[in-house]
Parts: sequence; structure tokens; C-alpha cells
Amino acid sequence: MEIGLHHYLFVALVVFLSGIFTVLTRRNAIGVLMGVELVLNSANINYIAFARYGGTPYDGQVFAIFVIMLAAAEAAIGLAIVLGIYRTFQTIDVEATDSLRG
Amino acid sequence: MIYAALFYGVAGLTVLGALGVAFSNNVVYSAFSLMAALLGGAGLYVFLSADFVAAVQLLVYVGGILVLTLFAIMLTHQISNVEVSNRSVGKLPALALVAFVGAGMGYAIVKAPWRVAGPAAEIAAGQGTTYGIGDSFLNKYLLPFELASVVLLTALVGAIVLSRKELRD
Repeated sequence: MEIGLHHYLFVALVVFLSGIFTVLTRRNAIGVLMGVELVLNSANINYIAFARYGGTPYDGQVFAIFVIMLAAAEAAIGLAIVLGIYRTFQTIDVEATDSLRG
Repeated sequence: MIYAALFYGVAGLTVLGALGVAFSNNVVYSAFSLMAALLGGAGLYVFLSADFVAAVQLLVYVGGILVLTLFAIMLTHQISNVEVSNRSVGKLPALALVAFVGAGMGYAIVKAPWRVAGPAAEIAAGQGTTYGIGDSFLNKYLLPFELASVVLLTALVGAIVLSRKELRD
């Protein structure tokens, strides 16, 4: 079977499902951030697959570049927050940060 | 034939990396599996004639974000990282939810009448996409491009402020 659009969509689907599973089950805060990176990557694969198979190629690729750039900004801020949490709680377990819980 | 074999190899690298991030117990193994997934993603972009985005992915995602993540993991890694049995969401409910979502999306992928066209004229000419992307950034997507630089400046200043030690007067 010739490699077509569906192959790329299924690869992106598996990456997306791994990403949301990681976000749901990881207790390490950086692990959760890695799940978010996987979800963004799956969206990128979809964008570029549709840019190739759907029409004008540059719109999808420009959008993918914006996604990569926003992922970089979000990773920087997220990891700065994680380091702040580590400085305060001496752990990055997401269940340990419950000081506001009643 | 060789094209299909190479594609399945690169796609397999991506999928195995993603599954490694999800199911690995050690967070350092997860980080290296994420690197494999990102490298596979860059390979997939090359298959889709997106040469510039593949290079950007390698430079920014693998060389920037992943290295930053590894730094943060090494700074916060505890030697005695004992996995407690009760998790935030149990693995079995999460698997059930993921399977349900995956079944729905898989059905949509198979059944949707995607309007598939051949490669666009610019790609078929084999020129490379850098010129077209640069042209798009400066003509059609100029405002998002400028706003993106503002976002990056904000993220830079925010990260520095967040990771600064408290000043004692």
C-alpha cells in the first residue's frame, strides 16, 4: 500500500495518545511537560502532513514553525516554574504541591 | 519499496519513542525516548517535503527544548525516586480513556473524506521550502511573526524573573 495521508495521521494519533497518557499518569512535573511536548508534536505532524497533501504547502509549515516556537517559550517558562517548585518543596511530585488544599 | 521500508523505520522510531515516554518508569529514560520521538518527527517532516521545518525541529526542539528538559531533570532528580503505588490518575482508567479517545479519532481518520491532492507545484519542482516560508513570514504572516517575537521576549524575561533568587534587603 502506497504511503499516503492516513499513515501520517495514524502516526500522529499514536503520538497524541501517548502524550495524553503521559500527562494523566505521570507524577513527575517534568514528565507531564514531556507529555505536553508529545501532544504539540503530534499536532505538528498533522499540520505538515496536511500541508503536503492538501494544497498550499507553506501555510501548514509556517504554522508548524509557530508551534515549535511557542513550545520553546512554554518549555522555558514551565521548567522555570518547576525549578521554583523544587526550591520550595524539595520535590517535583505533582501530588506534593497541595498547600492550597482545604 | 525502499521508500516504504525507510518510512516504516522512521515512523516506528517516532511511535516507539512516544510509547517509551508514556510507559517508562524512569524520567531520564522518558527524556531520551522523547529525543527519539522528536528525531523521528524530523525524519517524517523530510518525508513530507518540509525541509526547513525539519531543520528547525532539530535545532530548536531537540537541540534546545530537549537539552533544557534534561538540564531540569538532572537538577531535580532524586536518587531515591520511589514510585508510590497510588497515582494521580490510575493507569487503568487512563488507558481506558486513551483507548476510547483513540478509537474515536481513528474512526474519524479512516472515514473522513480527506481531499487529497498531489504535491503542490512548488514542492514538485524540488526547490526547497525556505524561500516560500520566508516569503510567507514577511508577507502573509507578518503580524503573527512580530507577535511571536514579543512572546519570546516575554518568555525570556519571565523565565529570568521566575528563576531568580529572592533578594534580601
